[in-house]
Amino acid sequence: MRTWAKRIPLALGLVAVMAGCGGPHAVVLNPAGPVGRVELNLMDLAAITMGIVILFVMVLFTIAVVRFRDKKGNRAPYTPNVEGHKVLEVLWFIIPALILTVIAVPTVQETYALAKVPAKHPLVIDVTSLDWKWLFEYPGQKVATVNHLVIPAGQPVLFKLTSDAPMNTFWIPQLGGMEYAMPGRVLPLWLESYKPGVYWGHSGQFSGREFEKMFFSVKAVTPTAFNAWAASLRKTAPAMTVADYHRLLQFTTVGYQSYSSYPAFTFPSVTHGFTLKGGMYLLMHNNPAHD
Amino acid sequence: MPALPSFVPYLIHTLFPPWVRRPTEIGAEIMMTAGGAFIVYWLLKNKKLQWLWNEWLTTVDHKKIGIMYLVAAIIMLGRGGLDALMLRTNLAMPTLHFINASEYNEVFTTHGTIMVFFMAMPLIFALFNVVVPLQIGSRDVAFPRLNAISFWLFAFAAALFNLSFVVGGSPNAGWTAYPPLTELAFNHTVGENYYFVSLLMTGIGTTITGINFLVTILRMRAPGMTFMKMPLFTWATLNTSVLILFAFPPLTIALLESLLDRVAGTTFFGLAHGGMPMMYVNLFWLFGHPEVYILVLPAFGVFSEVVATFSRKKLFGYPSMVLSMTAIMVLAYGTWVHHFFTMGAGPAVNVFFGLSTMLIAIPTGVKVFNWILTMWGGRLQFTTPMLYFLAMIPTFVIGGATGVMLGAVPADYQFHNSYFLVAHFHEVLIGGTVFGLLAGVYYWWPKMFGYKLNDHQGKWAFWLFAGGFWPTFIPQYWLGLEGMTRRMYTYPFGMGWHTLNVISTIGGFIMGAGFLVLVSNVLRSRLHREVDATGDPWDGRTLEWSIPSPAPEYNFAVIPTVDERDWWWEEKQRRQSGEKPAGPKPEDIRPIAIPKNTPVPILLGAAFFLGAFGLVFTWWPVALTGLAGVFGVLIYSWFQYDHYRILSAGEIRETEELLGRLGA
Amino acid sequence: MSSQALHGGHKTPPQELPPEFQDQEESIKITGFWMFIVTDVLIFASLFATYAVFVNRIASGPTPAQVFQLNTALIETLILLTSSFTIGIAIWAMRQNRQRMVTWWMVLTVLLGMAFVSIELTEFAGDVAAGWGWHTSAFLSAFFLLVAAHGTHVTMGIIWAVALLFQLRKRGLTTVTRRKLYTFSLYWHFLDIMWVFIFTVVYLGGRLI
Repeated sequence: MRTWAKRIPLALGLVAVMAGCGGPHAVVLNPAGPVGRVELNLMDLAAITMGIVILFVMVLFTIAVVRFRDKKGNRAPYTPNVEGHKVLEVLWFIIPALILTVIAVPTVQETYALAKVPAKHPLVIDVTSLDWKWLFEYPGQKVATVNHLVIPAGQPVLFKLTSDAPMNTFWIPQLGGMEYAMPGRVLPLWLESYKPGVYWGHSGQFSGREFEKMFFSVKAVTPTAFNAWAASLRKTAPAMTVADYHRLLQFTTVGYQSYSSYPAFTFPSVTHGFTLKGGMYLLMHNNPAHD
Repeated sequence: MPALPSFVPYLIHTLFPPWVRRPTEIGAEIMMTAGGAFIVYWLLKNKKLQWLWNEWLTTVDHKKIGIMYLVAAIIMLGRGGLDALMLRTNLAMPTLHFINASEYNEVFTTHGTIMVFFMAMPLIFALFNVVVPLQIGSRDVAFPRLNAISFWLFAFAAALFNLSFVVGGSPNAGWTAYPPLTELAFNHTVGENYYFVSLLMTGIGTTITGINFLVTILRMRAPGMTFMKMPLFTWATLNTSVLILFAFPPLTIALLESLLDRVAGTTFFGLAHGGMPMMYVNLFWLFGHPEVYILVLPAFGVFSEVVATFSRKKLFGYPSMVLSMTAIMVLAYGTWVHHFFTMGAGPAVNVFFGLSTMLIAIPTGVKVFNWILTMWGGRLQFTTPMLYFLAMIPTFVIGGATGVMLGAVPADYQFHNSYFLVAHFHEVLIGGTVFGLLAGVYYWWPKMFGYKLNDHQGKWAFWLFAGGFWPTFIPQYWLGLEGMTRRMYTYPFGMGWHTLNVISTIGGFIMGAGFLVLVSNVLRSRLHREVDATGDPWDGRTLEWSIPSPAPEYNFAVIPTVDERDWWWEEKQRRQSGEKPAGPKPEDIRPIAIPKNTPVPILLGAAFFLGAFGLVFTWWPVALTGLAGVFGVLIYSWFQYDHYRILSAGEIRETEELLGRLGA
Repeated sequence: MSSQALHGGHKTPPQELPPEFQDQEESIKITGFWMFIVTDVLIFASLFATYAVFVNRIASGPTPAQVFQLNTALIETLILLTSSFTIGIAIWAMRQNRQRMVTWWMVLTVLLGMAFVSIELTEFAGDVAAGWGWHTSAFLSAFFLLVAAHGTHVTMGIIWAVALLFQLRKRGLTTVTRRKLYTFSLYWHFLDIMWVFIFTVVYLGGRLI
């Protein structure tokens, strides 16, 4: 007997196995900041709503498969000439539409809500993706780091993303969703960590041979500790020269680096006019490395 | 040293660059050469060359072209599947270097490209070709020679794309080929040229196929077959053709501009001189999203035929099925931005495309409900095609549900480019498209070849394939939630990703075993075939089952007049009750014009291949020779006038008599 | 005859249609050609979209106003519009069954097309001499691709028309050559309309920016 009913417990079992072994690592399901929290809530809502639909369809489907098998002595009605049912067919259109509204309304609200940084003067970090490393510049603190990010906890941080190499996406799954870092444009993304903590980030857009190495670490610290860190960096770390930046542009992978300052041209200068309503197209700054 | 012509060292260097010589490549080169030599030897020894040329290579018969598409698609399914297994093997364990990063990048690129353009598309066209003219009661497609041209452009493009593995290196920027990664500054081997050129080539063929089937369905239906009496697979073909017509031009331009950037020095998508990569992304997905429905609508069509036949019942809600399919076709053009919500288009744009994405779930849901209610009150027969249909429902419903989750814009910021997305699109593309097309292949196999595929082995293949599917892709949803992003060639220890990856890899190999059983099913069914003389082994409902299998070259001796949706189902009852004669009356048979074979399509394909190969290596003399060849063949064919030969009424009567088809 | 047999002979088009539509098979080919024009319109739409997005991305290259010469473009427009008129007369003559007249008006159309292409090539040569190629800026890439795509279409049309003239001389006005003339005229009108768009959007628009 090969029924579909037999396979459902199998699938459920698999889900259970997965939940068991993957639980603590499911970073998306353990958000550590408001953005990730909002996104998770929406995921949950969509998953539950869709789960109800799936359940309904599967029950209907299972009954149909079990009940109307072609075997001798099956006493279920056989109605080969039924062509349809007007009311049901209209309902198929209306009910899903209503169900989708449950997801659609919060989707619209949250999309608009997340587009605004909930602070007047958030900490700004200029992010440039390079082959195959991340450059983080702190225009307020005048310091720069490579592949490791330090942010103050408990306040929104505005990341301005661009790329001086193929496209990447900037993703810290535990804090919130990703956004593209692409050449010629600067895109905004704000994230916040509730509490001090350590997270990891990665790129979601394939960018070449060593793409896998596009991991970076994120450390959220108290605001005081953050200021102290920036001050100490300014004193102890070396300054980034133009030659240093050109070295970063090369097709290499590097470890963590810190700099007490950085040359002005390394981030598109025309960023101040951008709005969170959609970024703006920028002229490419003149970059000798790619000519 | 005597001066060589300047292109010789250049050619040697580009064909055999030091950095791409790998043992795998050399091995593959030897195998391909040996295999090719063996095939030629076998053909010569058995004096089959003439037969091959006359019966297949120059044919314009839609049924034979369909079979050639089918063979090519199954070979490509093998190649793409092998790629997939290499990827899965590499990901089975953290920091496993079964293949290195460069190889992995090439393999995932060819996996995606082959599966979409060189497996799914030809498999769809195989069914279009075999089924549609028979389903609408036509003698052939509207443009038989263009149909053959489409096939040969596809076949040579597929050959060119696969050649990249052995000569010069494969493309390695993903099947979406986003710039600037595809620009010369970041990608200086010829791999991406192969991608752009072969896709342009097959794209031309696909566009022609779209035009061809659109016109065929619009203009060549049997008398009495109004739009609302067309079988649903024909409806699916009609909608797919419209999608092709509107979707492929933007792709053509996106590919052309990328190619020009690489070979002719333009600056569309580069970093310098004001280029803008995002324009490519828009053009690509303007094609890419309709493409998703190009892939899935034909499968919907197959399912609608299969479920009605094997429930032994009329399709439930035909008008709403047509309406929902057309709605999907229209909405498909309004959702492309959901492939890049995270590219900063702003909340207004994102909300619009998020809502349109959810909207498209409604007609899709309607189809699922109608299918289930078709089974309700039927008598279900669990044949292999029906099993694929039954497997599709849970798979596609879950895949569709996660699609809605992806459409919730803020949530998509977390899902984008993660394994959650990978799991989603494999679930709909395999659960929808591949299951659907395999169901179609099993269902219409007797119509193509005159015998059924062995049901027992078919079920083995099914259970392995569909059974391997779940452990392969369900874990990947969870991997996405664990933060694994797509296209990583390996991953470090300590991320907690290994268990699920192992499960996924094992599932992948089970699917691979399923494919092998499927191939053996095909071969063994051919060896032990039981010829089906009825032409109607499934007790079918539509026109194609009313004629012998395989159909004679003229398809219908007398074109029937269609007065209902399930014409053949009703006709059978009328014939049984003696209301109608059992076949065409001899005196109704008229002479029929049959399109003649022509070498133009294969020569055109070969000329394209030559030109394209020259373009890949920017070896202009070869490219121009190919171009001249293309024009030569075209002009030659413009001056050809006599395209038909006439089958006399007597010959047709004889054939029908032999098939036992003549009515009193 | 043959087409009737091929397509089942069940749909005879009404006789009041123009001659190129009266044969079932040829009429289907005209439908197919319309579908081809749909795809070609979308090809040009994509090129226009590229142009519209890239028109301001001039990098260190010239501005649109520096590149475009309105006089030349205006002459090109007049030539092409005239050729639309001449092909129209050729089709009218075809329906009157006047083969010599068809031939001469076709020849005139081809000559006008050649004049158009040579003016365009001269213009391109001037740009290249001034150091402006499609490698200069994204704007020029988009401009050259759009205009050259149209120019290539015209060139293909000329080759087609010449081939058609030979067939006309050999075979006269048959069902097949009529349909071929008619589809050629569709193609030619389509190219004219595309050129009007190019003239308006690119040349006139470039003046305004």
